[in-house]
Amino acid sequence: MPDGQVLELTGLTKRFGAVSAVDGLTARIEPGQVTGFLGPNGAGKTTSLRMLLGLVRPTSGTATIGGKSFRELSSPLRTVGAALEASSFHPGRSAANHLKAYARAASLPVSRVDEVLGLVGLADVAGRRVGGFSLGMRQRLGLATALLGDPGVLVLDEPSNGLDPEGIRWMRSLLRRLAEEGRTVLISSHLLAEVQQTVDALLIISRGRLVFQGGIEDLADPDEYATVVDSPDREALSRLLDERGIAYQLLRNGFTIRHHDPIEIGALAASSGVALSNLQSKGASLEDIFLELVSGVRVHASAAAPAIPDADTPAPAPDAPAADPAETDDDPQPSTALVAVMAPPRSARDTAAPTDDAAPRHSYAVASTGVIDIVPPARADEEVQR
Amino acid sequence: MSLVAATRSEYTKQFSTVGWWVLAIVLVVYVGFTAAALAFVFGGVASGQLPGASGPALSAAGVPALVYSSATAVGYVFPLLIGTLMVTTEFRHKTLTPTFLATPRRGVVLGGKFVIGILVGLLYGILGSIASVAAGAGVLSVFGIDNALGEPDTWTLVGRMLLAFALWAVIGIGVGTVVRNQVAAIVIVLAVTLFVEPIVRTIGGVVDGFGDVVKWFPSAASDALVGQTIFGAVGTGGSSSLEWWVGGLVLLGYALVFLVIGLFTTWRRDVD
Repeated sequence: MPDGQVLELTGLTKRFGAVSAVDGLTARIEPGQVTGFLGPNGAGKTTSLRMLLGLVRPTSGTATIGGKSFRELSSPLRTVGAALEASSFHPGRSAANHLKAYARAASLPVSRVDEVLGLVGLADVAGRRVGGFSLGMRQRLGLATALLGDPGVLVLDEPSNGLDPEGIRWMRSLLRRLAEEGRTVLISSHLLAEVQQTVDALLIISRGRLVFQGGIEDLADPDEYATVVDSPDREALSRLLDERGIAYQLLRNGFTIRHHDPIEIGALAASSGVALSNLQSKGASLEDIFLELVSGVRVHASAAAPAIPDADTPAPAPDAPAADPAETDDDPQPSTALVAVMAPPRSARDTAAPTDDAAPRHSYAVASTGVIDIVPPARADEEVQR
Repeated sequence: MSLVAATRSEYTKQFSTVGWWVLAIVLVVYVGFTAAALAFVFGGVASGQLPGASGPALSAAGVPALVYSSATAVGYVFPLLIGTLMVTTEFRHKTLTPTFLATPRRGVVLGGKFVIGILVGLLYGILGSIASVAAGAGVLSVFGIDNALGEPDTWTLVGRMLLAFALWAVIGIGVGTVVRNQVAAIVIVLAVTLFVEPIVRTIGGVVDGFGDVVKWFPSAASDALVGQTIFGAVGTGGSSSLEWWVGGLVLLGYALVFLVIGLFTTWRRDVD
């Protein structure tokens, strides 16, 4: 049975000229759980993984697998399986021969080729040339390559890229199962929404620096919910709130009030005869927190004291209202669970989430109200050349 | 991890894509056609059957070896190309990532390629020799010239051609390691073999003293190893040549220089 190993990054730094791609990254990835490695594009995720795998030489610092550097491993493919990109294949080689080449290199029995092809659902196309594979099939083949040596450590870069919803669901359950077997599973992504149902622990980096490390439940502060309220008569409402000494923020989509729940605000408005046009609870949106962390607006204690991530972080908040229902159940379509009482107007969404304007993403949209709209990804079978 | 495992991996890689046999077919056709054409011209001249022939007088005895050696004289670009492709495809299709994940000791990967390069070089040498000997002997027999297949010298020639093919494949690996870009590597290989070397060697044949420099050029060393040279035969005689074994060592030297340069530069670089 393969052993999960602890992955340790210590002061890992990579500079390309004057630019620091990864800057003093110190983190610990435990076996037996799925760890998400998050950060926006260009944050240094792939460079960090490549340093861990001995493909990129660190400028300084170390990355070890069970205490050893990758190059010191006696049987690397049996220890660590990695899939770094969906295009590391010779297009003219069949899937089976691709795997066979690496099984040979690691002195693995060739029977493993058929086993892993079956495991990832590519048994039917084993003899087909990889050049004709869709992005989703390439992802599966990459995963098959990673699983070839039945390793205790799995390192996957953006594993659900290009998979259809069914494939993503399959990938999630496979990764969960592998972690439950005691393996170390590290997956990178630039989308929190994509991994938040899968991962137990998170590692978030931005511009090469660690900004968060800990359990996914540590991400959200339990106090971080708010009530969003609006009225056709905003003047009356603001007067009322001022009278009661309730602090608020007036945004385009209404008044955002912290530490007061909708029942209280609703009752208050009713008793004062102020008509409301909107009253909803704004959950602590993990995506918002994520975006604030990577943009530097929010600083989390775990990044300052990475050795003891739980010491300074607030207690988990399992009962935070509408914190994120998707986190606790296995519904593959979180959008249904996350829909707010009343959706904010389209114009509000567009202005409230400026990061979306900068980099339009197709698979989700985050509104300031915490509503995450997940748009089913485009057909994964499309031929995508990266 | 071991060299044996890396070699077996390279073997699987080499023979699981169409590249090697496509190039092998072109090699056989090209070498066969060249040998037949040379046999026609030289055979015709030597036997006096080609009307209007006024080239250098050739003795019929030297013609078969000259014709058969066209396998290396014009065919050496094929092992050079396949060797180059063995390395540059890995860069081009980013397969170095899984390769180095399976075999983190990169020198071992290059060692595996070296062994398979020699194997593929020998295979190409056999195919090229069959093509040149079969086509050449066939045409020579038309002119009634002895095909010399019964003579040990002919088979020594074939043996040296196999050696030259193997060495050219290894030089190709060296070139591919130094020039990572596949298109650039192919262009360089073709430009050097088809233009630079023929021109330089032609000049070396006519300019006094320059021949002593040119004889160290790879293709001149290759011809010296094989023991025959079309350049010597087509009038630009006078150019000095190396001993056959020196020619072999010079080729090996080129291969090792490229490999060592590659090993300590591009091969150690970050893979992304």
